[in-house]
Amino acid sequence: MPFDPSQIPIVQIVFFVMTACAIGGAIGVVSSPNLFHSALYLVLSLFGVAGYYVLLSAGFLAVVQLMVYVGAIAILILFAIMFARRLMGQGENQNNQQWWLSLPIVMILFAVLVGVVNTVSWPVSGAEPTGDTVMELGHAFLGSYLIPFEVVSILLSVALIGGIFLAREKVEAEEA
Amino acid sequence: MDLEFIISLIVQIVMIGVIAVALMTAFAAMVMVERKLLGRFTLRYGPNRVGKYGSLQIIADMFKLFFKEEVIPGHVERTVYLMAPGLALVPALMAFAVVPIAGAPFTLPFQIMGTPITINPWIANVNVGVLYILAIGSLGTYGVILGGWSSNNKYSLLGGLRTSAQMLSYELPMGLAMLSAILIVGSMQLTNIVEFQASYLGGFFWLILVQPVAFIVFYICALAEAGRSPFDLPETENELIAGFSTEYGGMKFGLFFAAEYVHMIVVSFIMATVFLGGWSGPFAQQAPFLGIGYLLIKVAFILFTMIWVRASIPRVRFDKLMKFCWKFLLPVSIANAAATALVLAVLFF
Repeated sequence: MPFDPSQIPIVQIVFFVMTACAIGGAIGVVSSPNLFHSALYLVLSLFGVAGYYVLLSAGFLAVVQLMVYVGAIAILILFAIMFARRLMGQGENQNNQQWWLSLPIVMILFAVLVGVVNTVSWPVSGAEPTGDTVMELGHAFLGSYLIPFEVVSILLSVALIGGIFLAREKVEAEEA
Repeated sequence: MDLEFIISLIVQIVMIGVIAVALMTAFAAMVMVERKLLGRFTLRYGPNRVGKYGSLQIIADMFKLFFKEEVIPGHVERTVYLMAPGLALVPALMAFAVVPIAGAPFTLPFQIMGTPITINPWIANVNVGVLYILAIGSLGTYGVILGGWSSNNKYSLLGGLRTSAQMLSYELPMGLAMLSAILIVGSMQLTNIVEFQASYLGGFFWLILVQPVAFIVFYICALAEAGRSPFDLPETENELIAGFSTEYGGMKFGLFFAAEYVHMIVVSFIMATVFLGGWSGPFAQQAPFLGIGYLLIKVAFILFTMIWVRASIPRVRFDKLMKFCWKFLLPVSIANAAATALVLAVLFF
């Protein structure tokens, strides 16, 4: 059979590459002996997920995924590791003595997830996304979903202030 | 996948290659121009030995960097250490993908296998262009932070932390300055932003006219993001040796160096596109090649002012740098965005 370039399933190839990034990265996170490397694998995994969004024509979500998770949260994690650990922090064991206890729980959770994914009938629409998705998202956020949106923002602010409150130095207590 | 798709794919790949090479060439030229201009600003000649007016100095420097012995210190984390310079350079190049360099697609004067070839004046025309630029910009921090950590050297680590803190902080006012601009246009697509500017006031409705504050904030943030003077804290020699690039030599250092300059060039392109009308100018709609010329003139002017700033303003202290960002730039840019939204709401609703 002659080689027919029209048979190359580009979307599938990209999908498998992204899946390899996402799952391989996730495995790296939990198996790497170096905490810093784990954080880098996490970045790889988040990249894979951003790739999924691109394949699903959700450009806005993909870019936000990059900006928020890869560009901010993962960097914050790296920061924390750099400040808190010895400079290289190598050869640390990720497991403690209770790993055998959590193993069955994780297995059950995995089985439940697989069961759910297989039994639920996911609604699939063959239609292409129409119009300016960014504008529609904006209208949704400030229109029909205004209250959930605001509640989430208040929740995040509360978490932020709480974090600062817990982490700040207790000056008064030391002076007294 | 039919023939047309394959040809367009190949055209796209060739174009990516051309633009990457062009940006790297621009980096080399920029180093030369900067050294010459800095010389003039400080009443010196600048490089003037190699070639006519010292014009071959950069080629000599590049050969020097390429043929230096590759030294990898024994105490570094090898994989991450080698990855970091590339991670610094690639995002700087990637951000260029959404910049439209002309108004209309070009058609090549010949055909390939009976198919006429049209070249779009952009690599990707995504509808979230501005967000894409900000997201890719935030990835640039990785090169610095990984280089600083993997060098296993306290000065490198401090330099890396300092630089990434600076880049992260200045991203916020930068995003807000962009927001003020896109509020007026109503689109995040860079082609729309340029067309908007080209379609009012006889093609000179540049956003700098209605958003001068946003432009100044963006300019300052661009200097900080690219690590340019007066925000060149990463290379505070008297405090940190050479910051995150202390342990790097030869072409690995060359890549960090290139990343800084490419970052500066690309950010100038973005600034020219969003605030200075991009490719627009007299007759740019009819003759797309004119558009490239206009864009390059605007970019060259911005780059010149950046060098001018470097020659004029001393480096700021790190705590003042952070204070300036969080206590001045951020409130100003928030107020500017809010005022823009308010004015637009009053005028149009």
